[in-house]
Amino acid sequence: MYQYDHYDQILLNQRIEQYRDQVGRYLAGTLSEEEFLPLRLQNGVYSQRHAYMLRVAIPYGTLSANQLRTLAEIGETWDKGFGHFTTRQNIQFNWIRLENTPGIMERLAQAQMHAIQTSGNCVRNITTDAFAGVAADEVMDPRPLAEILRQWSTLNPEFAFLPRKFKIAMSGTATDRAVVRAHDIGIHLYRDENGAAMLKVLVGGGLGRTPIIGAVIREALPWRHLITYVEAVLRVFNRYGRRDNKYKARIKILVQALGAERFAAEVEQEWAQLKDSPSTLTGAEYRRVAAFFDPPPYEELEDAELEDADPTELAQNEPEFRRWLRRNVHPHKIAGYASVTLSTKPGLSSPPGDISSAQMRAVANWAEAYGFGEVRVSHEQNLVLPDIRQSDLYALWEEATRQGLATANIGLLTDIIACPGGDFCSLANARSIPIAQAIQGRFQDLDYLHDLGDLSLNINGCMNACAHHHIGNIGILGVDKNGEEWYQVTLGGRQGMAATLGKVIGPSFRAEQIPDVIEKIITVFTRHRHPGEPFSETLLRLGLEPFKAHVYAQ
Amino acid sequence: MSQIIRSTGQSAEIIEDPWYVVRDPAGLDLPGHAHRIIPFQQWRALLENGMTPGAETTGVWLSPDDEFQDDLVQLIQLPLLAIDFPSFRDGRGYSIAYLLRTRCSFTGELRAIGDVLRDQLFYMQRCGFNSFAVRADKDIHDALKGLTTFSVKYQGAVDDPVPLFRKREQATLPDEAWEP
Ligand code: SF4
Repeated sequence: MYQYDHYDQILLNQRIEQYRDQVGRYLAGTLSEEEFLPLRLQNGVYSQRHAYMLRVAIPYGTLSANQLRTLAEIGETWDKGFGHFTTRQNIQFNWIRLENTPGIMERLAQAQMHAIQTSGNCVRNITTDAFAGVAADEVMDPRPLAEILRQWSTLNPEFAFLPRKFKIAMSGTATDRAVVRAHDIGIHLYRDENGAAMLKVLVGGGLGRTPIIGAVIREALPWRHLITYVEAVLRVFNRYGRRDNKYKARIKILVQALGAERFAAEVEQEWAQLKDSPSTLTGAEYRRVAAFFDPPPYEELEDAELEDADPTELAQNEPEFRRWLRRNVHPHKIAGYASVTLSTKPGLSSPPGDISSAQMRAVANWAEAYGFGEVRVSHEQNLVLPDIRQSDLYALWEEATRQGLATANIGLLTDIIACPGGDFCSLANARSIPIAQAIQGRFQDLDYLHDLGDLSLNINGCMNACAHHHIGNIGILGVDKNGEEWYQVTLGGRQGMAATLGKVIGPSFRAEQIPDVIEKIITVFTRHRHPGEPFSETLLRLGLEPFKAHVYAQ
Repeated sequence: MSQIIRSTGQSAEIIEDPWYVVRDPAGLDLPGHAHRIIPFQQWRALLENGMTPGAETTGVWLSPDDEFQDDLVQLIQLPLLAIDFPSFRDGRGYSIAYLLRTRCSFTGELRAIGDVLRDQLFYMQRCGFNSFAVRADKDIHDALKGLTTFSVKYQGAVDDPVPLFRKREQATLPDEAWEP
């Protein structure tokens, strides 16, 4: 993991001093509400329905065991003993008092964490693949460049008051697990035929009110130009992005207005002036940062040991363990190891993405006992233990089961991605959590869920689409009709390389109808499914009509 | 006379300001102000009418909406350019300042006017501003503190184009052809 040096630490300490002073001036009345607002937002502090919310950055979704314990402590000391993981790999605390925020930030800083730029019209946390560095299919580890970009974007003086928020995602695998095509900038790392590290740059993707899949504006950009190129994109956006209408201010609107080609030409023209400037990356910096992400000391296992470690035999008589192996355990690039996803979606007992301080501590302990002390946050709001010895899988499963974190539903219908919605968020049109729980309540039979196979379901409380309903195979969007909560359903969204936006199936529903609607959709699926076919394929084959017909049948 | 903050990059001070910002074109004729910062559109109109505003006593302020690309040759010879912040949340002025300093090599006084507040001064200075007309209802002495908030900067900007990573210990290793 990246470790701060004295520069990083000084910067963070000075930031906290600045913020503490700003809070003081706000409370003293010399800084107006309007003036304070963007300042606190750029420190991750929101005002919500019942209290302030603090969103802590988890850069590219990577945490140490110690950092997770710090988050547990914050949850316990300043919140109600909980934290909520978001689709941007961050964590939110929903019951914070403003006066406490500088103190919380000091506590975070002791663990080399912060909440800088987790909100506001600036460059937000850089996100990436939760399996970075360990996935069997990885071409390049995105974390060194993500960290380099994090530093460049942190307190960047020119881009702190952009027309609108700005999200960057990076991925270094053939199968995109970072939703790069739905970001303001998405970056794919790959190697060209000579093995040189290259970037493919996509711009103008995003969900929200106007969902758009990003357009490629640059291929084969040598990695050294990462910062200058991103700077060129940001400068064009900062100068020409719309500021007259909040809903038209994202870069995607500018890219649409100019056309991707003209936008790309503008960027190239700007970049020509920056190319090879001192911001061009150096091998020395890459190595300095990459050294923090060197592989941990994996054990080299003999063939016989590998056989012993293989959990399949144990699983023979343990159907629950078997199910968990199938859904929650992922291949690792090192023989004898696996990555494990801990599900934060147990169903009725806890809303998607929520985890208690006690659970956080348990996860931190497992990360140390069975791995190398590292934890990841996935954009599906689950936790990942990246390096687990296969021989420890059973023990880990038993412990995770006791903590309610072993639900074997990763990638299944009940692995619902949901925003906090109307229970917390002041922008919401409707609640998300009760809908998620009602669906989870309806589909409790794990065998059945496993038979249904891969199926993503995303629920949002409003158009902002924090939980990406457009790219869920099934998407649910809360809408307001004369002050009442209604829900619109979309079908056919997909993430990954073939990212596709779902289509609305028809008039919206009341909350209590939703479980029936989902059941009807599933009925059509199972009726027409070819053996083993995933939901998204069946849907593609059939089109929306049979689903509509059944859902809206009188 | 009102006060402004003038910065050299190393230090900053509050000084009496000899310049008068003409917000309203009708104010062009106001007597009693030798040094004037006039709106870009007015300045252009003067030039088009064949008038040459006093070279030493005329500055121009740019709104973020102004298209000044074609007039840069003359603009950068002025002793003072100001960029207006209609709202402190409108960040276009930062990029305009950056471009004036780096791309157009403007070396005169670059002033932030309009909604100029303490908590943005540090960023403004990094983007090339060296004088600040703090909003009149704010305490300018308090605002002065905003220029010294940080001693560490990750990224290059106008004040120092060399990013931190080129200054960190291992930055001198030879590596031009190195690939990850
Ligand atoms: S999608 Fe809407 S309701 Fe849900 S968290 Fe985002 S802004 Fe709030």
